[in-house]
Amino acid sequence: MARSSDALIEHLLRRAGFGARPDELDFYGGLSISDAVEALVTFERIPDTVDDNIGKSGFVNVTTRGAFAPQSNITDSRQRWLFRMVHSNRPLQEKMTLFWHNHFATGYTKIAGIAGATEGARYMAAKPSEDPAGVLGQVEMLRQNALGNFRDILLNIAKDTAMLFWLDGYTNTKTKPQENFAREIMELFTMGVGNYTEPDVYAGAKVFSGWNLQRPGTAANGTQHYEFVYNAAQHDTSAKTFSFPIYPDGSKTIPARSAAQGMQDGLDLIEGLAANPNTGRYLAAKLYRFFVNESREPDPAFVSRVAGVYLQSHYDMRAVVREVFLTPQFWDSAAYFSRYSWPIEFVIRLIKDVGWVGFSVNDALAPVSNMGQILYDPPDVSGWDAGETWFSTGAMLARMNFASQLAANQKFNLAARAKPAASSPDAFLSYFLDELVTAPMDTSTRNELLAYLRATGTWTGSDTQIQSKGAGLVHLIAGSPEYQFI
Amino acid sequence: MKVTRRQFVKGGVAAFTVTFAAPEFFSDLARAQVRARNLVVLNLSGGNDSLSMVIPYNDPFYTNRRPSLAVPAGQVLQIGTDSSRVALGLHPRLTGLRDIFNQGRLAIIQRTGYPNQSRSHFLGTDIWSTADPNNSQGLGWVGRYLDTLPSPVDALVGWNTAGTLPHVLQASHVSVPAIPNPQGYSFNSPNANIPVEAAAERSAALRITSHVPVDRPQLAFVYTSAQEALATLDRVASVATYVPTTYPNTGLGLALRAVAGAMVRGIGTKVFFVTTGGFDTHSNQNPNAANGSYFNLMATLNDALLAFHNDLRAQGLLDDTLVVSFSEFGRRISENGSGASSGTDHGAASAMIVMGGRVNGGIYGTAPNLNPNGNPTLENNNADVTFETDFRSVYAQVLDNWLGTDSVTLLNGNFRKAGLGFI
Repeated sequence: MARSSDALIEHLLRRAGFGARPDELDFYGGLSISDAVEALVTFERIPDTVDDNIGKSGFVNVTTRGAFAPQSNITDSRQRWLFRMVHSNRPLQEKMTLFWHNHFATGYTKIAGIAGATEGARYMAAKPSEDPAGVLGQVEMLRQNALGNFRDILLNIAKDTAMLFWLDGYTNTKTKPQENFAREIMELFTMGVGNYTEPDVYAGAKVFSGWNLQRPGTAANGTQHYEFVYNAAQHDTSAKTFSFPIYPDGSKTIPARSAAQGMQDGLDLIEGLAANPNTGRYLAAKLYRFFVNESREPDPAFVSRVAGVYLQSHYDMRAVVREVFLTPQFWDSAAYFSRYSWPIEFVIRLIKDVGWVGFSVNDALAPVSNMGQILYDPPDVSGWDAGETWFSTGAMLARMNFASQLAANQKFNLAARAKPAASSPDAFLSYFLDELVTAPMDTSTRNELLAYLRATGTWTGSDTQIQSKGAGLVHLIAGSPEYQFI
Repeated sequence: MKVTRRQFVKGGVAAFTVTFAAPEFFSDLARAQVRARNLVVLNLSGGNDSLSMVIPYNDPFYTNRRPSLAVPAGQVLQIGTDSSRVALGLHPRLTGLRDIFNQGRLAIIQRTGYPNQSRSHFLGTDIWSTADPNNSQGLGWVGRYLDTLPSPVDALVGWNTAGTLPHVLQASHVSVPAIPNPQGYSFNSPNANIPVEAAAERSAALRITSHVPVDRPQLAFVYTSAQEALATLDRVASVATYVPTTYPNTGLGLALRAVAGAMVRGIGTKVFFVTTGGFDTHSNQNPNAANGSYFNLMATLNDALLAFHNDLRAQGLLDDTLVVSFSEFGRRISENGSGASSGTDHGAASAMIVMGGRVNGGIYGTAPNLNPNGNPTLENNNADVTFETDFRSVYAQVLDNWLGTDSVTLLNGNFRKAGLGFI
């Protein structure tokens, strides 16, 4: 099935998406590379109908307990996101949502501990159309802005209910400034550590004093909820001076303002942080590790080019991400399979490669957690510690065991697909190595896989044999180190 | 950390050339070392407010600066006074640790830290993990110790109960398996109902991972993880059969239960890492009410350590075990809000605890004077506690007197401190 252009398209879809379903490979494989990039980046041209297919036949299953409620039950939220990653026709939108979720890493568990499980899920995952009070959950907001303007995303995050709980902004008042959000917006969301000082953190806390929560609605009809409010009475009106420029003229001081006007402080700081050249470089380096290459430090030429587009476009992430996919660093063949797959990427790609009919994404939730990743619950505000860190021994076993689980689930589908290739162990192995593309495999590994097919009896190609050997081979290939790279 | 891992692969070439028959030999070697001393590194993640754990309850500024958060003097568990004659009490929920303290098996080292302490969670954790404020991306201090062990190093020489490798255990040519739960540490098969097929898969996986492609460092790293997972499966399975019922059902409790199981089964592990989070108490810290955030943190800590202590004592392993805690920073002295929602922001020095059968229990170092008058125990305009004992002095004591290595070499300097003889 592989065509000559497939190596490029598959590389693009492993990075810009979560691997490729057969129909995705057909669609993008029919385009030139530049058209494929443009189709991915301008995903709004493709209707956002993926949620309509949840529960329909031909798609991966979800498991319901009563009504399926992804807007208010976090397990269902997780199932919906996995479903979208498998079936969305806008793969880059889901990929960027994951990027932002990791960047603005907010954990459901803390929110639920304060506001309860139902409200916690609402603030993380609700779409306004399905919430009684029109709540827009944080990750849905990020999905809406997946390739939006970075300054807008920052502002939305500063006013986001889940974030106001997560980094304690809801308790930030003029008498008792709260530093948590002020620190992380500089350290993790924009400029990076080393580009701000402790006094900047204290000044930042004052800037966001009064950025709190209110609780409108009524409990009886389910509309009661927390939402952002600028509480003028709790705003510190003094001038705040930073060590870096806030304004285009280089001024580092946000002037004293009346309490009524004080929300402008936060808007000014956000604008100043978005406009800071360190922010562009910080994002460019992070995009390099996420999309391009993890085997080496970010290429300075790449960082400079992408950070330049960030500033020139006035923080337009569509322009920035498009540029990523146009760089020679992205297309360098040395970059292929140079990125350690995240658990969620491994799981989704395997589902796309192996098949999904009769499998429920619910059964992937515990395995992906054992691999070290729980969607909507990153370990801390710095997000997941990616790269080699994913590959502890326990996590590696969890990957092997998910491969085993999915192979067992798809045993009969796999055997039916592979039957035409059952003439010899060699043909059988070639078929599966074409279905589950890996980083280049050493001859010795290939020979061990052949030896496995020949072990336990003469090769006959019988249905019984290809059922057990097909599932076993998928287990071994998907559990191989080579398959763990994207 | 990228550099670290590449160094790992380069340094580890010798270790990669083992065959899949080697683990059994290693385990024999390991068993010979069973009575070796165990080190358990306990991470209190998030920045522990140690002023709520080891409380200078008679300092008038303690109550004054923490009107909502102060633990009333009448409620603390008194443990006496330190060398500066400041009366100290443990958090009221630490009844088990108080008993261990009274038995002389718990040391408390006050005001540990380092100059210009980072208030960043991430940089702070890196510094405490590397014991090197100037090169916080280097190898972990326990990892460097593991690197000094003679080859061949057993694949289970360390045991990380967290899901991912903590920086403290990063080494250049020893890798530590992550085993959050010994029960789930298995190699499954889609042909579980056909044992001969399942066995063939496991055998193939062992053979595949025995050829580590050392010329491809990223790939080699994953190969090594897979290889070590397979090499340690059977011994870890033996730990899974140790199921005492006395541990609390918390992450920390279950992690320490696994650690105890590894010790009881004598699988040869020398160094363990356990972690418990939630210490980043910016709001709703509430150390006083049952089910308040900090109250719960203390409950988790106390109940898990007490169960571990009692289990080891019953198994005769207490004298072989040392638990050392660390947290990336202490917290601000003054509370940041009012009433129930108040908490504390990131600060500087904090207290460490050390527990074990051979510990010289007691209080080491002196409490801060919380009077915001510019006294030398405070910094950052009197907002934070300044350090008195460099945390590397605590590590030096552990390295020299427990692990039996040379702290001056491992810490790149002489941090030995007189009067800090807690072991």
